[in-house]
Amino acid sequence: MTLMVPAVNVADLKDTTLLNMGIFALFVAITMVIVIRASRNNKTAADYYAAGRSFTGPQNGTAIAGDYLSAASFLGITGAIAINGYDGFMYSIGFLVAWLVALLLVAELLRNTGKFTMADVLSFRLKQRPVRIAAAISTLAVCFFYLLAQMAGAGSLISLLLGISDWGGQALVIVVVGALMIMYVLIGGMKGTTWVQIIKAMLLIAGAAVMTFWVLAIYGFNLSDLLGGAVETSKNPSMLNPGLQYGKTETTKLDFMSLGLALVLGTAALPHVLMRFYTVPTAKEARKSVVWSIWLIGIFYLFTLVLGYGAAALVGADTIKAAPGGVNSAAPLLAFHLGGPLLLGFISAVAFATILAVVAGLTITAAASFAHDIYANVIAKGRDGGKGKADADTEVKVARRTVVVIGILAIIGGIFANGQNIAFLVALAFAVAASANLPTIVYSLFWRRFTTRGALWSMYGGLGSAILLIALSPVVSGTKTSMIPGANFAIFPLSNPGLVSIPLAFLLGWLGTVLDKRLEDTTKQAEMEVRSLTGVGAEKAVSH
Amino acid sequence: MGHDAHETDAAAAVDFKEVQSTERFQELRKRHRSFVFPMAIAFLLWYFAYVLLADYAVGFMSTKVWGNINIGLILGLLQFVSTFAITGWYVSYSNRKLDPIASEIRHEIEGHEFDQHGNPAIGTAK
Repeated sequence: MTLMVPAVNVADLKDTTLLNMGIFALFVAITMVIVIRASRNNKTAADYYAAGRSFTGPQNGTAIAGDYLSAASFLGITGAIAINGYDGFMYSIGFLVAWLVALLLVAELLRNTGKFTMADVLSFRLKQRPVRIAAAISTLAVCFFYLLAQMAGAGSLISLLLGISDWGGQALVIVVVGALMIMYVLIGGMKGTTWVQIIKAMLLIAGAAVMTFWVLAIYGFNLSDLLGGAVETSKNPSMLNPGLQYGKTETTKLDFMSLGLALVLGTAALPHVLMRFYTVPTAKEARKSVVWSIWLIGIFYLFTLVLGYGAAALVGADTIKAAPGGVNSAAPLLAFHLGGPLLLGFISAVAFATILAVVAGLTITAAASFAHDIYANVIAKGRDGGKGKADADTEVKVARRTVVVIGILAIIGGIFANGQNIAFLVALAFAVAASANLPTIVYSLFWRRFTTRGALWSMYGGLGSAILLIALSPVVSGTKTSMIPGANFAIFPLSNPGLVSIPLAFLLGWLGTVLDKRLEDTTKQAEMEVRSLTGVGAEKAVSH
Repeated sequence: MGHDAHETDAAAAVDFKEVQSTERFQELRKRHRSFVFPMAIAFLLWYFAYVLLADYAVGFMSTKVWGNINIGLILGLLQFVSTFAITGWYVSYSNRKLDPIASEIRHEIEGHEFDQHGNPAIGTAK
């Protein structure tokens, strides 16, 4: 088979910068109008954090898909498959199968018992104050890791589009993205953010679908020929087999298992995904939205398989690695190869909007967690004891200020995380979430005996061990590709901590509980169980 | 915030321990757990079997079945199929077995708030 593979000339990209930026500016303008229109009804805290609980299942499902299909899924996975072949496909599978944990064990029960944040559920029948603080801290930590990944993605994308490869230029780009995102969240709240997610999810899936059909059409809709093309360009038949990236040594094999574990258990513990279950009026709508998002996300990940091998076949791993933005530039380069500057402009605008929207979703989650869990329920409650209307107004004000602070932190973090594979960085956020949150979510929903001590041991133990192991891993130091390449304090060999920190957190939750002589309030346990399964007294939609 | 206040009051008036001990609630709990627990264990085992095969049985996974399509790719795609299937199965099970009984209990408790007869007598009104 003599399929001509014209080389993608990365330098050509610079000529189309104006077009790319024009399409992107148009998208930002349109979404801004929508955000402003949607924000007219932002009156109460329920409006600001949970969009008045007024979205339908399919709308919310599309927004969940929008939240979930971040730059990691699009740029990260496509790049991982293009470079590492089959091992990159693992991300697609793990990210999808993980939704069953959310669907079966968490989504509806959480919608029925909570109000705004993950901490509402975790602290429901345990001691409010310590559990709320722990849950808020872990929410902030997970959001921070996730934000790092998105900011790194923004840096990669723009450095490719503008041909910026110097540190200062990329840092400036990240500052601009961060400022835009702060504006979105400040003006729109959850309702505006949700609409941006919906639009972006549809554009992303449509864009990926077009590229997928295009790639398949080149190979006569024959997947086997496409795979053959990838092998031909890479001159490496093991592209199609597992183990190219993770099969080298026994340590990397363990790392693969660690990644698999973190991916499948992380989703149901991601605070920004959990918060999305509150934007619908009932548990039944929460279920519908998860089902809707499973279909959208599943179909999208099937596209990434074609896009990844398509980029490997048509662009080639060497060109991708050499381009500004490195491994994360596989999808935009493939778009340029297929449809020239016009498709590249569209795909880049969509990818950019993806980052913007996901960052907005993460920021609002972190802000809600700080304002609702730490400020309203701990700081302000200690001060005046009451929970009147004025408090709710101040709470939204605190949330808006938190948005600004988190925005600035994310910008600084993003500048330093620049250059790493985004899917890999997100997998770290998954590992932190699965370690810090999942055991406590599962135990408090399903284990009657579970106590405050168990929750605190599990959350702090899981969070602390996950972050410590990341800090001591090759990700941070010890190799050429580390964040701090000059130093070496990598005494933990795995790059993903999940294999150790997740079982440890489950164990600590169990141990803390069985060693705790104090029993929790059984009335509260009964209330939580009845409410979670029947939806009695669940928060209703706000009508204006 | 009037909505929130009302709902908290409504929930506070219910004796949840009594509701929890009713036969109907126990049946709902049993139906829920007897579906989600075995299903969660099953898909996690299937997923980890897949991960372990990809990790330690590279030769087997690399066996070509049709053209360039190998067992690893087929098993990976089957993970997608099983995820979609379990999703559909759970939705149909919830609609048939969980929702009717859950909304029955809910309506009974919430209906109670609006008649002014003091003590809730849930469980006796079967």
